[in-house]
Amino acid sequence: MSEKKKDELVHDHNHDGIDRRGFLKCMAWAGTGAFCVIQGGVLKSYSLSRLPEPGSKEAMGELSFVQISDSHMGFNKPANPDVAGTLKAAVDKINGLSAAPEFMLHTGDISHLSKPEEFDTVDQILKSAKPKDVFYVPGEHDVLNDDGKQFLERYGKGSKGAGWYSFDKKGVHFVGLVNVMNLKAGGLGTLGHEQLEWLEDDVKHLKHSTPIVVFAHIPLWSVYPEWGWGTEDSAQALAYLKKFGSVTVLNGHIHQTMQKVEGNVTFHTAASTAFPQPAPGKADSPGPMKVPAEQLKSVLGITDVNYVQGQHALAVVDSTLA
Amino acid sequence: MRRSVSIAGLAAALVLGTLGFGTGRKSYVASAQEKTSTTEVKIDNFSFGPVTLTVPVGATVTWTNRDDIPHTVVSTDDAKTFKSKVLDTDEKFSFTFSKAGTYPYFCSIHPKMTAKVIVQ
Repeated sequence: MSEKKKDELVHDHNHDGIDRRGFLKCMAWAGTGAFCVIQGGVLKSYSLSRLPEPGSKEAMGELSFVQISDSHMGFNKPANPDVAGTLKAAVDKINGLSAAPEFMLHTGDISHLSKPEEFDTVDQILKSAKPKDVFYVPGEHDVLNDDGKQFLERYGKGSKGAGWYSFDKKGVHFVGLVNVMNLKAGGLGTLGHEQLEWLEDDVKHLKHSTPIVVFAHIPLWSVYPEWGWGTEDSAQALAYLKKFGSVTVLNGHIHQTMQKVEGNVTFHTAASTAFPQPAPGKADSPGPMKVPAEQLKSVLGITDVNYVQGQHALAVVDSTLA
Repeated sequence: MRRSVSIAGLAAALVLGTLGFGTGRKSYVASAQEKTSTTEVKIDNFSFGPVTLTVPVGATVTWTNRDDIPHTVVSTDDAKTFKSKVLDTDEKFSFTFSKAGTYPYFCSIHPKMTAKVIVQ
């Protein structure tokens, strides 16, 4: 990671209203991995080659789940002619984790062109994963042509609006948000008034000590607005979460891992299981990045998240498919 | 060889048709021809090219997606004067502009992609 890349994020004035005191940042680029723990507001990070001992309190938790993202089933261009194969490799990786995850989050772009057979293929492949429950939010590729009707029919049971919802697991409150609908010309991802009102109401009754995990497709922080990598009204959403001691935001969309910690909020983007995209501003466009075939799996991956009760900490571990 | 000639002939017929040949308004067509060297918009690297396209009233504009990623062509106005379905690689969308005006549009999947057609 070059100094220049760091600077781009530091100077990313995204008007998100987040208190920048105590600003901490950790970025893990595709092809590498990082293990980050926040304890009492202090970030500890380890490289994947120096992970905590298995069985230590950092590695174990009350709750373990996996995030996968951007499977883009149906994509068949040179950047990855076999996205089904790499999704299967991701499932193998998940099934090989030492602490079996309880469930999976899929942060969108399940399909490439919103075709029924693309969703069917993903459903079929994910059936072989040990965790049986999968919680989805849509990416922009999942709501093409029909304003998300098919997505809602398949994955949105019990959700509100365009597919947002929340649920609780072992004391952790999970919120799935949708920021890929009704995008405006020249703009970024959008949550919209109705969803923001719902979010405010959803978290109002929770204790400040409740760990919060928010997941959505497009990053809820301004990674690189020039490429549309951010969400217009994320500041409002984050304002409703300010009172909580531990907030973890999990996103996809940018096909590379990246982390940032601001105050009580840890932002994290997952790698794609399909193809990598360039680092912000490092190419003419955010189109698929072609890497030599033998390197492909090193730039794809999954994200494993562990929550240790009483530690105020969620540990986020990225692993490549290599 | 025969095949390429016939394709060229077809293409010429299409271009001439677009410009209104055969309607008997030859003077109009001549000036229109000068204004519109192209009625094609190419989608490359997450951008529309040309960003501003000027065409005469009645012109048909064709967009071609040359990216590895799908895009759309959607007019920005509330009425959505024109709206393509999603265009995968090499797919095309055409729209005939029958009224003068400025038509801003964008890709509804990647809204940072914006451009406009000016119809004179």
